Amino acid sequence: MLDSSVGTGSNSVGTELLRVEGLGIRFGGLHAVKDVTATIPAGQITAIIGPNGAGKSTFFNLISGFYKPTTGRIIFGGEDITRLKTHEVVASGMARTFQTTTIYKELSVLENAMIGHRVRTRAGLLDALLRTGRERKDEQESRDAALTALTRVGIAAHAGRPAGAMTQEGQKRVGIAMALASNPKLLLLDEPAAGMNPEETVSLMALIRELVAGGLTVTLVEHKMSLVMSLADHILVLHHGQKISEGVPAQVSRDPAVIEAYLGSHAHGGQMGQATVAATGEAPHA
Amino acid sequence: MLSNAGANSAGAARFKLGTWGWVAVFVLAALVPLFGPSGYLLDIGVNIMIYAMLAYGMNVLLGYTGQLPLAHAGFFGIGAYTVGILTLKAGWSFWLAWPVAVALCAVLGLLLGLVAFRTKGDAFSIFTLGVGVIIMLVINKWDALTGGNEGLNGINPPAGLEALSKGVGLKLSAGFYYLALIALILTVLAVARARGSVFGRSLIAIRGGEDLARSAGIDVFTHKLRAMMLSTAIAGFAGGVYAVYVGFLGSASAGPAMTFTVLLYLLAGGLGTLAGPLIGPALLYTLTQSLKGLQDYQYIVFGPLLVLLIMFAPQGLAGLWMKAQARRELAAVTGKKGAERA
Repeated sequence: MLDSSVGTGSNSVGTELLRVEGLGIRFGGLHAVKDVTATIPAGQITAIIGPNGAGKSTFFNLISGFYKPTTGRIIFGGEDITRLKTHEVVASGMARTFQTTTIYKELSVLENAMIGHRVRTRAGLLDALLRTGRERKDEQESRDAALTALTRVGIAAHAGRPAGAMTQEGQKRVGIAMALASNPKLLLLDEPAAGMNPEETVSLMALIRELVAGGLTVTLVEHKMSLVMSLADHILVLHHGQKISEGVPAQVSRDPAVIEAYLGSHAHGGQMGQATVAATGEAPHA
Repeated sequence: MLSNAGANSAGAARFKLGTWGWVAVFVLAALVPLFGPSGYLLDIGVNIMIYAMLAYGMNVLLGYTGQLPLAHAGFFGIGAYTVGILTLKAGWSFWLAWPVAVALCAVLGLLLGLVAFRTKGDAFSIFTLGVGVIIMLVINKWDALTGGNEGLNGINPPAGLEALSKGVGLKLSAGFYYLALIALILTVLAVARARGSVFGRSLIAIRGGEDLARSAGIDVFTHKLRAMMLSTAIAGFAGGVYAVYVGFLGSASAGPAMTFTVLLYLLAGGLGTLAGPLIGPALLYTLTQSLKGLQDYQYIVFGPLLVLLIMFAPQGLAGLWMKAQARRELAAVTGKKGAERA
């Protein structure tokens, strides 16, 4: 159970990086997520999919420590992180981006990334006032880590620009750089392709693949089925807050429970029509 | 003070310009007493500097961290009364009582923060407003310690200040002016360092969005607590100067009216800027003093001026200047782009 090989930087592909056991949260009477047990393998891309209102974002907010679960446990790198505060979860090696381009638009691209590195630095108010060696070291280190992160996402040349002046895709990259600057083992992307045109989506997919090739584990919530099916190594399907399927794309897309969930919700929303086509039609070719 | 070297060389150049601007302002301010100004002018100067320090303290929380603290004058009062009580009743030297007052305000700020930061936004402001009122009432009712309604009378000037002033051929009022100026310089330096640091960037992140800051890995609660401590410590620091300067303390100086005056000065000067907390008090305090002759009618002039200021410079006067600068930069950038396209 306690996998001791996990927890250091180099995870062999496929070993378990994160595991949730019986995870659930209730908002009043509503079970937004209920009794989910699943694993996220290291060094791969895991996609969390499901019809609207399936609890995907809530699930994300649970594992990233943003919400506290009412039941269950979250084991990350062999350690129980269920009760950790959000910033402590980040410190343990998990960073996230948001659905929308949630970044500091009025700050420079570089400063955004530097903020992401804060969790790795210790300099506090006294260091700032006395301008201690630690302050100078942390400042330099933040700058270096931020530039490295910006280079990884390919926007180092825009370091000095206000983040709000970047394109939609550029802003997504700023958000990813902010997350990467914390040196995560696991990167959580909440609908990375939302608001992107097809070209931007393709270049974003390439970026995600590159990051994973570099040893990072990526988990994403995504609506665009074409993206999920061609990108993900591992898929987790949620419906009404519960896990209804888990496995490789080809396997999941043939799962009757998944088809039923998407067809069942087809009547309620247009967007899922696409999803159904993707899940049933495209997947065999993927 | 803080280097902005690296990717943003334009920013670094602007910063250096800013540093020299500050040096120039403080050198000019330091020259004022040498021209033998009237006591009235020096008094205005000292008052502006005390208000400016208060505004700098409030700016740490409101301008940088995005939290509106309405107990600010309470800590000003605590700082002032601590100095007053320790020097008058315990016979301490001001030079010892002053840092003790600052430390006490920092600790009390921490205690307030531990409770108050469980609330957010308006609730935080209202909660701290309540605390501010309570601080004023405690000072007003605790006769044995604070002199209650009678106040504290006869607080002496700092030991050696008069001798020192006379020694260099200046009056005591000039000595106080320099004391306030040095305190203000230390305050600006501390705030600039805090703002320009790894810590300060995290405060800006919290102001920009608490949830985002938390997800980016920032310990929001701890950073808010430290910001609160810096803010209240600066208020106490200003209070210490005030106590020895006026020599008399009443509880009103610790009340919400004082807090709102500082808030007004800060808003007028420019929230979240380094120059705003100085510009605001300098202009508005001078204005209120020059309108004093109108007595009850002064607000007929003051009010509309304030409305105009809010209408045309909602970011404050420092903000107005920064906006103009940003527009110039934008014009330069788009001009370049246009040239590239052509």
